[in-house]
Amino acid sequence: MAGLASSSRQRSKIAPYLMILPALVYLGIFFVVPFFSLARTSLSSSGGSVYLPTLSFNWDFGNYVDAFSQYQDQIIRSFTYALAATALCLLLAFPLAYVIAFKAGRYKNLILGLVILPFFVTFLIRTIAWKTILADDGWVVSALGAVGLLPSEGRLLSTSWAVIGGLTYNWIIFMILPLYVSLEKIDPRLIEASKDLYSSNRRGFSRVILPLSMPGVLAGSLLVFIPASGDFINADYLGSTQTTMIGNVIQKQFLVVKDYPAAAALSMVLMAIILVGVLLYTRALGTEDLV
Amino acid sequence: MTSQGVPVIVEAIEQPTPPKLIKGSPKWGDLILRIVAGLVLLYLFLPIFVIVLFSFNNPQGKFNYSWQGFTLNNWAHPFKYPALTDALKLSLNVAAVSTAFALVLGTLVAIALVRQRFRGRTAVDTFLILPLTAPEVVMGAALLTLFLDLSWAVGYTTILIAHIAFEISFIAMTVRARMRGFDWTLEDASMDLGASPARTFFKVTLPLIIPGIVAAGMLSFALSLDDFIITYFVSGSTVTYPLYVNAAVKAAVPPQINVLATAILLISLILLAVGTLYRRKRIEG
Repeated sequence: MAGLASSSRQRSKIAPYLMILPALVYLGIFFVVPFFSLARTSLSSSGGSVYLPTLSFNWDFGNYVDAFSQYQDQIIRSFTYALAATALCLLLAFPLAYVIAFKAGRYKNLILGLVILPFFVTFLIRTIAWKTILADDGWVVSALGAVGLLPSEGRLLSTSWAVIGGLTYNWIIFMILPLYVSLEKIDPRLIEASKDLYSSNRRGFSRVILPLSMPGVLAGSLLVFIPASGDFINADYLGSTQTTMIGNVIQKQFLVVKDYPAAAALSMVLMAIILVGVLLYTRALGTEDLV
Repeated sequence: MTSQGVPVIVEAIEQPTPPKLIKGSPKWGDLILRIVAGLVLLYLFLPIFVIVLFSFNNPQGKFNYSWQGFTLNNWAHPFKYPALTDALKLSLNVAAVSTAFALVLGTLVAIALVRQRFRGRTAVDTFLILPLTAPEVVMGAALLTLFLDLSWAVGYTTILIAHIAFEISFIAMTVRARMRGFDWTLEDASMDLGASPARTFFKVTLPLIIPGIVAAGMLSFALSLDDFIITYFVSGSTVTYPLYVNAAVKAAVPPQINVLATAILLISLILLAVGTLYRRKRIEG
């Protein structure tokens, strides 16, 4: 018996490492190493002929200088759009998450299912549908024109608003769900207590519900902001050449122009700005239980 | 849907919470709140209505963007375009194969994280979250530079490699979330009754975690099927379903795209309903 116990204890010392090893090795090779490749490429210069391009690694920081000077507009635009989309997501998602958490009663699971359902349609096809909805001869444009919100000959498609709208739509689910999860955790007795202590509804909301929903706000805004700032589909389908984002440039430089060092430098810049932004944001909101 | 935040979705769906009602707010405010929530829900469904409606469209030109007339023709010939059908088949293949690999790697990590205490556990935990926080365009770009450095030809294999890479973390997170709060003394009981560790694993541990693995597998499959950005970077000339759709936007959008999208939506809906009923039945005994 004692032998069995000690052998099983010994086994359990190596066992966890054997279990995590395959995944860690895999992610090491195909997640960590690629970032070194990316960094290396971003510091290389391209040479050779058009037909046989060659890359040589020589600490060429010029790619970063070029990235900032040439694509400054796209970098600023990406983060502006992503911020606007995150704010819109928050504005639209909060009432829905609140109603699901507190007012839906026995329909709660049904409404949650309905919220998730649209996301079973491929992201690209949903974005194509927005192309139809926002089209110049579509009913949205004519309705807005009729009530005077849009000048005649005014467009929705190919504007910044269409791109921001698309970004908002495609990632709003990542705002609704974390918000719902954090609202759901609020003890209703706390809200009753605030009422018993004569606080108004507004005060109860701003002093009880809003602070307690902060983990959801934080998680939701990161989950929307990060993918939105790197996206290129919405700008491609719903925007114009005036609305290109950093993702569009990276994609084009990598896959069309094949200027790998420039594209790699831009990717590194995008990653770095996101990391700094996320760090500042999490520090400002002061929440550590992110996941 | 991107791979980010999927664990949150799982948490939201899985929470078994009794209905909770806050009463006593003024009726007008309450009504306005409900209307706003209803409008947001409607907004979520607006493109879906358009997609389903336009699967019955009879477009005159190359693009299925404006309504021309009702027809059942597209539904009668859903597989009219072989390239579209092939792309969908390839995507289903990639989703199945990559999910199978990622399930093995991801589930092992999840079990180790929940069941074992070992040095560096929190580090592994944090490391697993990283792939879920990198923007897809950067992850795709990084993988492409690796394949270029190694001078690997991009195609089916590299797509598989990329999909497995983003699925592992997500599967590990999902399975781990589902494993919390299980009664693990059952394992001890099985060992005490003389079962070998292997027998205990197959007879006790595995049946306990199977529902979590199935859920993680289904969501991983869906993520793989839907992935465009990462795949776009590492696909070469290989065309998956989202890549076909993207090429179609530039050239010609056949209504069959809408037909297949609607069909996939219906199938997911049925699977979702069956899953919910099955779970309810299990819970009720």
